[in-house]
Parts: sequence; C-alpha cells; structure tokens
Amino acid sequence: MSLNTALASDVAPPRPRATAPHPVTRLIVQRVALGVVTLWVVSVIIFAATVALPGNAATAILGHSATPAQLHALEAQLHLNRPVFDQYGSWIGGILTGHPGKSLANGMPVWSIVGPAVLNSAVLVAVSGIIASIVGVTLGVVAAVRKDSLFDHASSVLALAVTSLPEFVVAITLIILFATVVWHVLPAVSLLAPGTHAWASPRELILPVATLVIVTVPYITRMTRAAMVEALASDYVEMARLKGLPTRRILVVHALPNAVAPVVQVLGLTFLYLAGGIVVVEYVFAFPGIGESLVNAVTNRDVPVIQMIVLLLAGFYVLVNIIADVVALLATPRRRLPR
Amino acid sequence: MATASDVTVAVLPARRHGGWAAILRRAASLPRGRVGLGLLGLVVAVAVVGPFVAPHSATASIVAPFAGPSRQAILGGDVLGRDVLSRVLDGGWVLLAMAAAATALGVALGTASGIAAGYLQGRPDGIIMRTVDVLLAFPQLVFALLLVSILGPTVWLTVLAVGLSHAPQVARVMRSATLDVSERDFVKATELLGVKRRRIMTEEILPNLVSPLMVEIGLRLTYSIVIIAGLSFLGFGQPPPAPNWGIMINENRQGLVLNPWAVVVPAILIALLTIGASTFTDAVARVTIGIDREAETGAVLAPAAGEEP
Repeated sequence: MSLNTALASDVAPPRPRATAPHPVTRLIVQRVALGVVTLWVVSVIIFAATVALPGNAATAILGHSATPAQLHALEAQLHLNRPVFDQYGSWIGGILTGHPGKSLANGMPVWSIVGPAVLNSAVLVAVSGIIASIVGVTLGVVAAVRKDSLFDHASSVLALAVTSLPEFVVAITLIILFATVVWHVLPAVSLLAPGTHAWASPRELILPVATLVIVTVPYITRMTRAAMVEALASDYVEMARLKGLPTRRILVVHALPNAVAPVVQVLGLTFLYLAGGIVVVEYVFAFPGIGESLVNAVTNRDVPVIQMIVLLLAGFYVLVNIIADVVALLATPRRRLPR
Repeated sequence: MATASDVTVAVLPARRHGGWAAILRRAASLPRGRVGLGLLGLVVAVAVVGPFVAPHSATASIVAPFAGPSRQAILGGDVLGRDVLSRVLDGGWVLLAMAAAATALGVALGTASGIAAGYLQGRPDGIIMRTVDVLLAFPQLVFALLLVSILGPTVWLTVLAVGLSHAPQVARVMRSATLDVSERDFVKATELLGVKRRRIMTEEILPNLVSPLMVEIGLRLTYSIVIIAGLSFLGFGQPPPAPNWGIMINENRQGLVLNPWAVVVPAILIALLTIGASTFTDAVARVTIGIDREAETGAVLAPAAGEEP
C-alpha cells in the first residue's frame, strides 16, 4: 500500500453503516410489491367485467336466439354454473400455471393464439420504441441547443400537428404514399406465413414501425427539448461556459446527464403509449400481434382471449413503470445514496 | 362572530379570473388559436351542414363499386357503389356528437372525483386515487375495448366506454389542481364560516379550476375524437351501413387503387379535426399559463411566453 492511499483512507470519514436497505433495492422491492397488488386488482376487474357482471357471458356470446340447451352447454364449458369465487380461482390458477383455457371462437388453447402474437408485438414495440427514442432524443437536443431557431419553431408546429393524429390516419397515409397509389415499393399488409416470426421479414415491419415512430417522435422531441432547455439554463452550465469549455463538452458532460431523469420518464410513457398504439396499427397492417388478436377477440366476444391479452398489457404497463422509476432514480445521484 | 368572518372573506378575494369567455377570447386571438378554431370550424361546418346538402342518399348504391369520380358521383363510389361525397357529408355529425358526449361524461366524472379526492383527503382520497391507479394500468384504447366487449358495440355504450376511460386521467389532474386551491385563504375563510363541504367544493373550488378544466376539456375532446374514430375504424361503434369517417376509411381501403378519394377525404377530415382541436387546446393552455402567472406575480406576461403544457 502506497503512502498516498494510506493517507487517503486515514483522512476519509468512516462510511456510514447502512442500517436501512439501499434506496435502490428498497424502491425496487416497493414498486414490485405495488405492481403485484395492482395486477391482482386488475385481474379481479378483468374477471368481474368479462364474466360476472353482464347478465351472463354465455347469452352474450350466443345471442338471444340460443336454445336453453346450448346455453346450458356453454355455461358448463365456461364454468358459469359454479360460484363466482370458484370461477375466479380456477381462471387465475390456470393463468398462473400456464393453462389459460381455450378460445371460445375456435376451441384452440388461448396460449397457442396469444403466445406467438406476443413475440411479434414485442418485436414491433421494441424496434419502434428504440428507433423513436434515438430519433426523438436527438431532435430534442438539437431543438434545445438551437432554441428559437427556425428548426425549433418548425419542429414545435409539426409536433403539435402530428401528435394529435390518430394512428390509423398516419398508417393509411403511409400506405397511400408507399404501398399503393403513389409508389408501390412496400407491402401494404404484413401477412406473415404461419410459424414465421416478425424479425424474419423486415420488409413487412417497415410501415408498421414507421407509423409508430411518426406518432411518438414529436412527444419525445418536445419533452427532451424542455428538459434540455432547463438543464442548459442552469448555473453549472453557466459556470462551464464561463470556464470556456467547448460547447460539445458542456452538452455531453454537463447538461445531458441532468436531463436523463425526465427523459427516461418520457421514454417510459412512450413505451406505454406503444402498448395501446399497436392495437390499431397491427389491425391496419394485418400484423399478427396481440393488438390484432385483441380486436378479433372483441369482435367474436372471445372472453378468455380478451382476458389474457388485457392482463398481459396491464402487466407490461406495471413493468415499464417500475423500470422507468428505477432508471430515473439511478439517474439522480443525490437520491441513490443511502441516507 | 359572523361579522369578523365576513370581513375576512371580503378582504381575501377568490382567485377567480376572467372566466370561460375571457380565456376563449384570448386563446382565439393567438395565431395558433386562430388556426385551430378555423380548422375546427371548417370540419364542424361540413359535419353539421353536410346532411342537408348531400346530393344522394348515404346508403343507396348509385354507381359501380369503387367507380372513379364522375358527374353523377363527384368523389366516386365506395365499396358498395354508394356516393362517397354524400357519405362524407353525412358521416361527421354522429362522430362529433359521440366525441362531445364522451368528453362531457369523462370530464364531469373525473372532475367530480378529482375535487372530492383533493379536497376531502383521507379515506375518500385513498379510495379514489387507488382506483385511478389501477384504471391507469391499461392503455386507454384497450380499456375502452374491454368495456365495449362487455357493453356491446352500440353508439351510446361506446360513448359510455370512452367517457369512463377518460375519467381517471381527468381525476388525477383535477385532484392536484384542487390540492393547490384548497390551500388558498379564501377556502380556509369559507371553512371558518362553517359552510358545508359540498358547497365549498361546488361554489369555491370548482369556479377556481376553470383553467385546468378548460385545458382538460380540450385534451379529452381531442382524444375522444381519436379514440372514437379509431373504434369506428376497428368496427366498433356505429353499426355498418352508417356513414362514419372512421368506418369509411376501413371499408374502402381495399379499393384504394381504384378510388382513393373514398379513403383520402374522410382521412383528411379526421386529421383536420384532431389537428384543429389540439392546436386550439394548445392556445388555451398557453393563455391559462399566462393568466396564472399574472395572478401570482402581478406582472403582465405575454400569453405566448408559456412553455409546452
């Protein structure tokens, strides 16, 4: 041990003994517990909504023209003749053990419908989310650095117009431009052969991804801009400027790390938005994901499939919220130290 | 005793500012407010006047399916050979009425529960906000779809579903605005007078929430249009023969190459409608930020000085 380090260790104050768990661990434990409770309540609501509440799911599915015998058979298949708590127990038990029942529309196991769709949707959300994040954050930083420039004003106006557009209008516009009327360079529908996955045919992904990127980038750009404008107006950036540091260094070393926490929240919100946005976009492009499955299931009143997909989406929401909270905490140094 | 409290109330005026009309007037004087109002006015005019000037029936087949524009049908025919122009003119007002009704329902429900949670605190707050948290664990469209799958795809039940899906978001915003107002002296003064809590909520707090309320109405109206047009596009909402811009885009996109107008015109109208609504909402938000700053600092700020809402 050299003299220097020995001295340093002598001078350094003794580390405070951590009696409480580390704040990051505590936050994760807290959020996960809260998430589990939320999911449980959500599962009760989904169950109550689709099975217990509206008179009877069997009448809803078969319609009023059904014979009593048909009704009886379906009620037995749905376990509607059993007490409500019993029904909930066997439903949630089935989902937890990986056997969420059978589709009412075609009798196939729910998981054989939802499982492949989840993978395809995950690819769609991940690719769109990552591209949108990179593009949005970059544009936001540029707009903040060139505050009040032509680029800043133009992006502000464009963002206002584009954010409010429904996804299907953007999707149809892209189809008109690139897949039918104007040019015909890309497929208008993402018909994947059964058994193949979304990542195997990137051409089919271009238009759905482009739609989702177009509707999410404006929001990310404006929020990143706001966070960066605030960081650039701070005293420490002023100080760095007075010291004569180069602009790029100020931007990357001083301003950007302080804009990370709000930006991460925005990216979290974007992924949450994507979970809902895929429903319409997948339907437009006939992309075989959970959004399209959900629309089909609602059309057919296929209760077990609706329940499974809504529960999965709620789970995704809870997960993204936890991740966004933890990353935002890690990005705020004063909050991650044990107190 | 009563005199002392009366004096207190007289000395501490409420934060009431301008009110609805003044905010709308100032928003309409901003450039983007004017643009938004213009776009909204244009589309609303098409939707309201349209049914009276449509040249043909919206449900009668008069030309070949996806026939191009002709003298008989200026914008051509749709999937069943119906006149696209007549369907466009006839297909807006139901969409607008549904969006307006869903917005009214969602904002009313959300505002009532938000004010109750923020002002009453304690157990009501806990119950309302935990419910809100759970309801916010779904994407809004998925929540609306879940409700539609239970309630059935009819016009009024769709309105109910979309309205309910707005309520938690509105409640969250109104709760935090209420927390802010509840701390003000005029509320404390009214409490000391012994005024009933229900009256404080409706007569003291609600009138001071005009700014956030107007921004929320604008936002929710924009989202209502997007979600209801989206649900119609997905096939939920009005039953099929109805001419609805969302339904038209979906049923005519297979004939995009033959007669693009059957898709392009309703898509443009929906786009103009949402852009108009959100642009005007942005103007309202800027005006209310400006007014609130004036109220706090006493300085007159240009309304456009506000950052993104």
